[in-house]
Amino acid sequence: MYEFEYHQPKSLEEATKLFADADDPQFMAGGQTIIPVMKQRLAMPSDIIDLGKISDLQGISVDGGALTIGAMTHHNEVAGSDEVRKAIPALAELASHIGDPAVRNRGTIGGSIANNDPAADYPAALVALGATVQTTSREIAAEDFFTAMFETALDEGEMIVNVTFPAPEKAAYEKFPNPASRYATTGVFVAKTGESVRVAVTGAGACVFRQIDFEKALLGDFSPSALDGLTVSTDGLNSDLHASAEYRANLISVLAKRAVKHAG
Amino acid sequence: MPVISLTVNGNPVTADVEPRWLLSRLLRDHLGLTGTHVGCDTSQCGACVIHVDGKPVKSCAMLAAQADGAQITTIEGLAQKGKLHPMQEAFRDNHALQCGFCTPGMVMMSVALATEQPDLDEPAVRKGLEGNLCRCTGYQNIINAVMVGAKAMRG
Repeated sequence: MYEFEYHQPKSLEEATKLFADADDPQFMAGGQTIIPVMKQRLAMPSDIIDLGKISDLQGISVDGGALTIGAMTHHNEVAGSDEVRKAIPALAELASHIGDPAVRNRGTIGGSIANNDPAADYPAALVALGATVQTTSREIAAEDFFTAMFETALDEGEMIVNVTFPAPEKAAYEKFPNPASRYATTGVFVAKTGESVRVAVTGAGACVFRQIDFEKALLGDFSPSALDGLTVSTDGLNSDLHASAEYRANLISVLAKRAVKHAG
Repeated sequence: MPVISLTVNGNPVTADVEPRWLLSRLLRDHLGLTGTHVGCDTSQCGACVIHVDGKPVKSCAMLAAQADGAQITTIEGLAQKGKLHPMQEAFRDNHALQCGFCTPGMVMMSVALATEQPDLDEPAVRKGLEGNLCRCTGYQNIINAVMVGAKAMRG
């Protein structure tokens, strides 16, 4: 690892100031991506600003039909939260399958979505559930938040404060995990809310995306058989040593059907 | 350099650490607790798992500076008064190791699993050890050991 200065601010204001005053700063949430990346010398920030001690970024709360999760909430906290299990069980289930138990004790929802790894699980949940990302300066709809591979709508120095999820009527997430990393080779999150159905796919392309033709088919008939006969184009899908684009296209169909079945 | 104070295996420790030191480096190179193994250095193998405030984490994926104020338990802290922890006993009795390199991380993760899930069953053990890699034994004896160790921990 290259040398850097380490800071542990207690407030968002302090973190913002530290970021503004540094040459090439980097916020750190749970550190489960940035620390390995720095160890590989693929990043050399001048300053690491650790967000772990900022109380405004912690906690889970429910208000009416909406669930709000602080950016620095660990995956294991989401997985084990009675509030999450009650409001959106599919989200707790998703969190319980991220990485492994040690990673889940450090990794955070804010860090995961700010990194926007194309194979991360949370982006699919945010897009399918129509979540809203509250930052230090604005609210961003999930669909506008994830812009490209490892890129988000966040500006320099802008921090995620929390994410609010409207509770759906039905939802489920199914993934085909890479057996080594447990990242999604492909993952599909399906959510039904009133007169709307959303199907969000992660791991298959450069960035999370919605499978619009699946959504239309499920809107009239929310059952796995509604997806029979629909084929997924391989255009824009990833092809790598783990899976070809054709394999991923098939996984999208298979996992979407499983998710619909699982959602009930 | 940040000066941090923490508790390691019940003992108070104050250390002057470089920001870029990993917690595993503090434990091994500064405190001489070499039972915490660094297997892959890419945060995938789990040999460096320790307990931070009672929870299993990978000490190679956490900065030493982040451990300021933390309660740390390493594999050296499990045995009490010369008597092995029940999970360590179970690993020995069930031949759950061959070369032994992954064992400290396996044991630390297994103790955490058994503590957090009193009704730990075999599928939960397999899922819980997903982040701990063994390249010798094929895992079956490890699973057997964790089931026995978890039962012994329940008393």
